[in-house]
Amino acid sequence: MRIELVKRPERSALFAALSPFLALALTLIAGAIMFSVLGKDPVEALYYYFIDPLREVWSLHELAVKAAPLILIAVGLSICYLSNNWNIGAEGQFIVGAIVGSIFPVMFPDFQSWVVLPLMLLMGIAGGAAYGAIPAYLKVRFNTNEILTSLMLVYVAQLFLDWMVRGPWRNPAGMNFPETRTFSAAATLPEIWSASGRANWGFVFAIVAAVAVWFMLSRTLRGFEVQVLGQSPRAGKFAGFSSSKMVFFAFLLSGGLAGLAGISEVSGAIGQLRPTISPGYGFAAIIVAFLGRLNPLGIVAAGLVLALSYLGGEAAQISIGVSDKVVRAFQGMLLFFVLACDTLILYRIRFVGSSAAKTVEVTQNV
Amino acid sequence: MDTTPLANGPNLLEVRGLTKIFGTLKACNQVDLTIAKGEIHALLGENGAGKSTLVKMLFGSLEPNAGEILWNGQQVRITSPGVAKKFGIGMVFQHFSLFEALTAAENIALSLADDTPIATIAAKARALSYSYGLPLDPESLVGDLSVGERQRIEIIRCLLQTPELIILDEPTSVLTPQEADKLFETLERLRSEGKSILYISHRLDEVRRLCDRATIMRHGKVVGHCDPRQETPASLARMMVGSDVKNAERTTAATRGEELLSICGMSRKPAGPFSTPLKNIWLSVAGGEVIGIAGVAGNGQGELFEAISGEALQDSADAIRIRGKSAGRMGISARRLLGAAFVPEERLGHGAAPRMRLSDNLLLSRHSTDGKAFVGTAGMVKSGAIQKAAQRIIEVMDVRKSAPDPEAAALSGGNLQKFIIGRELDRNPSVMVVNQPTWGVDAGAAARIRQALIELARKGSAVLVISQDLDELFEISDSIAVMHNGELSKPIPIADATLERIGLLMGGAEPGHLDHSKEVA
Amino acid sequence: MFEGILITIATAATPLLIAAVGELVVERSGVLNLGVEGMMVMGAVTGFGVALATECPWLGVLAAIIVGALFSLLFGFLTLTLVTNQVATGLALTLLGLGLAGMLGESFVGLPGVKMDYVYIPVLTDLPMVGRLFFGQDPLFYVSILLTAGVGYFLFKTRAGLTLRSIGDNHTSAHALGIKVIAIRYMAVMFGGACAGLAGAYLSLVYTPQWNENMTAGRGWIALALVVFASWRPWRVLAGAYLFGAVSIGQLHAQALGIGVPSQLLSSLPYLATVVVLVLISRNRRLTMVNTPASLGRPFVPDR
Repeated sequence: MRIELVKRPERSALFAALSPFLALALTLIAGAIMFSVLGKDPVEALYYYFIDPLREVWSLHELAVKAAPLILIAVGLSICYLSNNWNIGAEGQFIVGAIVGSIFPVMFPDFQSWVVLPLMLLMGIAGGAAYGAIPAYLKVRFNTNEILTSLMLVYVAQLFLDWMVRGPWRNPAGMNFPETRTFSAAATLPEIWSASGRANWGFVFAIVAAVAVWFMLSRTLRGFEVQVLGQSPRAGKFAGFSSSKMVFFAFLLSGGLAGLAGISEVSGAIGQLRPTISPGYGFAAIIVAFLGRLNPLGIVAAGLVLALSYLGGEAAQISIGVSDKVVRAFQGMLLFFVLACDTLILYRIRFVGSSAAKTVEVTQNV
Repeated sequence: MDTTPLANGPNLLEVRGLTKIFGTLKACNQVDLTIAKGEIHALLGENGAGKSTLVKMLFGSLEPNAGEILWNGQQVRITSPGVAKKFGIGMVFQHFSLFEALTAAENIALSLADDTPIATIAAKARALSYSYGLPLDPESLVGDLSVGERQRIEIIRCLLQTPELIILDEPTSVLTPQEADKLFETLERLRSEGKSILYISHRLDEVRRLCDRATIMRHGKVVGHCDPRQETPASLARMMVGSDVKNAERTTAATRGEELLSICGMSRKPAGPFSTPLKNIWLSVAGGEVIGIAGVAGNGQGELFEAISGEALQDSADAIRIRGKSAGRMGISARRLLGAAFVPEERLGHGAAPRMRLSDNLLLSRHSTDGKAFVGTAGMVKSGAIQKAAQRIIEVMDVRKSAPDPEAAALSGGNLQKFIIGRELDRNPSVMVVNQPTWGVDAGAAARIRQALIELARKGSAVLVISQDLDELFEISDSIAVMHNGELSKPIPIADATLERIGLLMGGAEPGHLDHSKEVA
Repeated sequence: MFEGILITIATAATPLLIAAVGELVVERSGVLNLGVEGMMVMGAVTGFGVALATECPWLGVLAAIIVGALFSLLFGFLTLTLVTNQVATGLALTLLGLGLAGMLGESFVGLPGVKMDYVYIPVLTDLPMVGRLFFGQDPLFYVSILLTAGVGYFLFKTRAGLTLRSIGDNHTSAHALGIKVIAIRYMAVMFGGACAGLAGAYLSLVYTPQWNENMTAGRGWIALALVVFASWRPWRVLAGAYLFGAVSIGQLHAQALGIGVPSQLLSSLPYLATVVVLVLISRNRRLTMVNTPASLGRPFVPDR
């Protein structure tokens, strides 16, 4: 008994739309099994994970707070992955964007003006883009694998942040806690509707970015270039497109978006720099990108789903005592199911029974 | 159907009603075939007739859906190449199954089922190769060998297993005429030793020269068995294709127009460890003429194409001139803007993006030349205009497809090639450069493509065709040059070109022919 | 003291070596498994937990090897049978592994672990200067050396190894010759998983007998870089692993010595060194093209 793949003549549009939902369903089933094994009621657990966080308005705001960086980063990653540039270092670009964007509030806290916040955001974008340019440059100039370089730089960025908040940027009035001073009001990203919750303008940036990138991908020549270079690099070269320039475009764009996510998170939700400013957004965004089928509009939905899983993890920890580490296992399983279900887009699956093969052995020597 | 066995006992191989289905395509449909001992049997048919599928079933690489195979009168199931080899069936593939990073001896060892030490295999291989007149160095890395030498590895490794039936799939497509003669000698010797050969080809002259009997396939079915020596090439062709295929009508050019494409002393270093360098290429193509470049695969044709198209830039701007302008430092888009069009050898993955629709593939090579028509403000793509243009090309070139705007990979080879060539012709280019215009294309589409190229030239454009198919070049070219080892000979006018002379040049003879020292830039 | 430093270098190098040698075999068969970090951490948590429960580190090692191999089967099933994108699936394996291991190991945090006993051979281990270095290390050090030698012999001196390399060179040709490409790749992937699991067990049973979900600290990724650096040859992997071991230990000692450089910068040296090494080795494009298994990472769907 074996599984055989039969290639479809064309991509199945049906499964392209269905695959993420199928993957989600399978993950829920697997999750339910996991909860049973852990000794918890699976239905109750799934309720606390996925339904409960949606019931209050303030909770919906929290959803937006968590989804914003995921969507921003994943939108950038979609350009990268579509063009076959494997940026795995978004977590590092997030951090560097946050650091560079925080230069003003930390080093010049007395500079109060409406100009501060826009400057911070621009610097965050620039910082993330510049950090993303490093693996891009190494790939183009030295043919170095961008997966490994961008990932190594994540560890470097984390260590750099740690040093900054414990060392030169430590809050002088902070009683030796490893954190910078809190940002002043002029340097804080405002909330959208402060009466009902914490959601800040980061979420708006995320939606705007998603729509803009979607438009670019589906309607412009540049979007065409991204996809051709990713699918058939030789055809792209034949078209006159430069894959080197695309490497830079993809990494600068995604690095910039990750940097924007970083400074938005720091100046909005957190309000200062700390040794840890991200619960692994840069990596969860990879899952968001694939769950959204590398389509920016799909990524918005996928970002909300993953944000829900973060909130659910916190809620479930309180209500039924399940560790919040389960969330990461969930997210990993989800990516697995997404990839497995995507197979159905290009192939049909057939189960082939083993044929009773009777080979006539030719014994005589002809 | 003529299936009378020869007088000496049961037939070696008998195939009855063999069928293989891929999805909805019946690649082989109720195929019958018999081969006697000591017979060279031809399997004739054009591209897509089902020949390769049939032999893959005989060799165990594919499992038939229906039908039976009899070996020496007994019914057998050939479930894997290992089983086929045990019976005594050996195969030399058209597309070699070789490992470039390994030595010839290691390659041979991998196809032998036993554990004999490689050193022993190497010694046996060397001895056998010399005795059959196809000398081979077992320690050489396959990646360093020429195509003809690689084929020898395939043949030797097949012979080392002492097969009774040897299947050869289009063996001469990669050989010069002289190398092909050597191969025929080897095959005739094998026949005299009592072995049988199943010879797949679409080259009628070879088949008539070499084979005792022939089976002809078309669209997956057997349409006839015959003795090729009793037939004429025309009657064989008719059986293969089903209707009289008109050769392209070549009209002679009135006068030679002005020079539209000139290559002056162009050289190119090897692009990778296994690629061919180009040495001092000189060529001039004028408006109104078709120049053909012949040559066995692997002598730098692909590298030459990339150099002309601009996918590889030249050191000096003057190394290539298009319509008088120095284009050596220009990329492919700029060269297209000068009026040149290019069709590469590989359809899927180079000339077209397989997973993209035909309309997108139109944009692929036309986005800069037709910028105003196809691309609007802010880089927005005008899909309406593109769709219209794509439909126009599909109609003009008679591209057959199953959906209005399908993915490129869903089309058959011939139809996709018609689209790709049509895409370029639609621009009325002044210079058209094509690499292997009809490789893997059915006869009807091939004839249409060749006709289109000739017509383009007669309208005043300069057409350069690189092809491994000598018949094709003789059909459409006004003169033929030959590529060998990265060097290009002077073009020989068609009236003076003979198969023998071209064949010699393809094999590297006549070195004086490459002397371009008297050419002026 | 010098001997002491060399021993710590060996201890730092050994997990890298084991994981990299396993991945080397996988890549030689044409499969790129980026999930090494995930398999390693699963091995670490399994080894720790089983050793704690049974008070026997060797059972922990065995469990880690089995878990590593089983975990890699997930990757194998997706990439070999369902033909999913190998890069994305490898990443998924790493993320899943980190998540699962964090979850499984939560109750282990802070508990003292079981440490493996070092080898002791009378007379030999007591030799001055070289005794402990060559004859007194932990048992898995010797396993790592044997593993490297064994893989080298297998790949280049046996017919089975030649078959595996041929698949990595051209899986289409291999299939046409009747070689069972997918079956052999499954075995290679599981071997890689077993090695990664073993390397993880080394971390939690020999290196620092504790559990912490960030234990692997990117070593799986460094192992991947080592395979590239070594041009897919086992003995060069050993050289690379020990080079890295030296950098890691060097920076730890520098931190201990309190030389004015901030500790975080020193801690980032191994990662920066990885980047530098990758740049140096990939610069020569010709060398890369000749040595890289040509079908690495490419999807394979056989006609049947």
